[in-house]
Amino acid sequence: MTLLAVEGLNVTLATDAGPVAVVHDVGFTLDRRETLGIVGESGCGKTMTALALMGLLPEAARTAGRILFDGEDLLAADEARLCSLRGDRLAMIFQEPTTALNPVHTVGHQVAEVLMLHRDMAETAALAEARRLLDMVGLPRAAERLAAYPHQLSGGQRQRVMIAMALACKPDILVADEPTTALDVTVQAQILDLIGELVRELGMALVLITHDLGVVGQVTDRVAVMYAGRVVESGPTEAIFAKRAHPYTQGLFKARPSHAGQGRAAGTAARLATIPGLVPDPRSPPPGCAFAPRCPHAIEICRRPPPLVAIGESHDALCHRVGEWT
Amino acid sequence: MSTAVVSIGRFFRYGNFAIGIALTGLVGLTALVSFFWTPHSAILIDVAAKFRPMSAQHWFGTDHFGRDVFSMIMVGARNSIAVGVVAVSASVTFGTALGLLASARRGWIEELLMRMSDLAFAFPAVLTAIMITALWGPGAINAILAIAIFNVPVFARVTRGAANAIWAREYILAARAAGKGGLRITVEHVLPNILNVLIVQATIQFALAILAEAGLSYLGLGAQPPYPSWGRMLRDAQSYLFEVPEQAIYPGVAIAIAVLGLNLLGDGLRDAFDPRLVRKR
Repeated sequence: MTLLAVEGLNVTLATDAGPVAVVHDVGFTLDRRETLGIVGESGCGKTMTALALMGLLPEAARTAGRILFDGEDLLAADEARLCSLRGDRLAMIFQEPTTALNPVHTVGHQVAEVLMLHRDMAETAALAEARRLLDMVGLPRAAERLAAYPHQLSGGQRQRVMIAMALACKPDILVADEPTTALDVTVQAQILDLIGELVRELGMALVLITHDLGVVGQVTDRVAVMYAGRVVESGPTEAIFAKRAHPYTQGLFKARPSHAGQGRAAGTAARLATIPGLVPDPRSPPPGCAFAPRCPHAIEICRRPPPLVAIGESHDALCHRVGEWT
Repeated sequence: MSTAVVSIGRFFRYGNFAIGIALTGLVGLTALVSFFWTPHSAILIDVAAKFRPMSAQHWFGTDHFGRDVFSMIMVGARNSIAVGVVAVSASVTFGTALGLLASARRGWIEELLMRMSDLAFAFPAVLTAIMITALWGPGAINAILAIAIFNVPVFARVTRGAANAIWAREYILAARAAGKGGLRITVEHVLPNILNVLIVQATIQFALAILAEAGLSYLGLGAQPPYPSWGRMLRDAQSYLFEVPEQAIYPGVAIAIAVLGLNLLGDGLRDAFDPRLVRKR
């Protein structure tokens, strides 16, 4: 049995202007030691997908579909069951380490608390384990830092604390929502390496949410590219890096800044490619393919819902015109 | 250590705050001393010695029953503070609990609690207190209850507002992701982060409670004779306002000092807790 199977996940937010669909028919599977990258622009539904996995969607959200975790449908589970799973078998790392730690508690306390909650550890034992965890995530002088408050640590150090909190109970699934976006580039690489290492070591499954294709290439086994709430292309990371089938994926790759300013060095002042237009308003999505209004290859047929086309082994794209241009 | 020093330094940079501390301290100290010592008995009547002017023997003179006014003011401070402390503690406890509940549960519970507090707010606070004491009968205990009751919606609302802001923070989401339930998050994450707001509000409400108690006593609904209270002293003095006007001034100034001091203290605490607020001014 796969560890995590998401089938036909739909998330709709009830707003004053009526229901707004933010996630459409998202599906993927994930096994231990596997890493799935979910890529897309802001507002494409990747964070909502992550929150759905954790059962942390806002109250106004309605869901359809199934999220099978070890065969148990998380969408049907009640809050008490979810509380016992969260932090224990499901864990999450957030984007902003500056705001994701409580300013009034010491970091040692915050890490130890998870252990006291799920492992019934006594406080001294939990603090000792917290020290070991902070050591493991590479927080320098972990023993002293147990008594530090979040504001006394740097952003990277705080993210390490967040990781220690998330890993405290050795979860089966770790959801990382843009874990490195708020960090310096040098620290980003360290944190990514750390997460990758820990995933392998502890045998977890990782869902890595990001808008950074570099991060995806570095860490993930498989990628799901999301646009306007739909997975428009998914497949093994190498396959997608080798052959981008969906025009949106191609646009994302083109819009990636190149390293070491290759263009500038030659004096050509290369400008970063962009995808023209804006993400469609989820309240009034375009008919058919959501990307059609911005797509350089869009034709009349794109006004109808696109089919899922197989590109290669477990590599699919949601597009009418895959392979019709090069 | 440095953070403590910085905040204390910030405290005293603001003169109003220092005045607030001084005035509140003065009232508190007076009440404290009155337990051990007053120049004369505050309740002993000596009609022969009525309306004595200020003198070395009677610092503030004597009232229409010949009681020593300075001693009465001292004991009255005790009364005002006791009523304020008990009433505000009770209303903080209940109001905060209700506010936290509303914030944690949202939905219809929040709606119901807030509409109920709207209803309570529709009546002026002191009027509510008068209504309650008029119903239950006069007396110090009923005055405390009445003041506590009209303060409950204040704390419920302040707590809910501040708590809702905390619930929207990412560390609450992180706490939920760590598997903590609503009660745990409320106690461990929400409450410690709104304490500053509650302390400031409690100080302000303390001032209002003292004012309300004086108002109730003035109407004869607060502490009963012979136990002195500032409000009743004010009323007694009113009857002789043209003969001995100074008798009305002493309790009046005492009330003003207590209320002003607590308000300045509350303002200063707010500035100290939230430095951003100061910069805006």
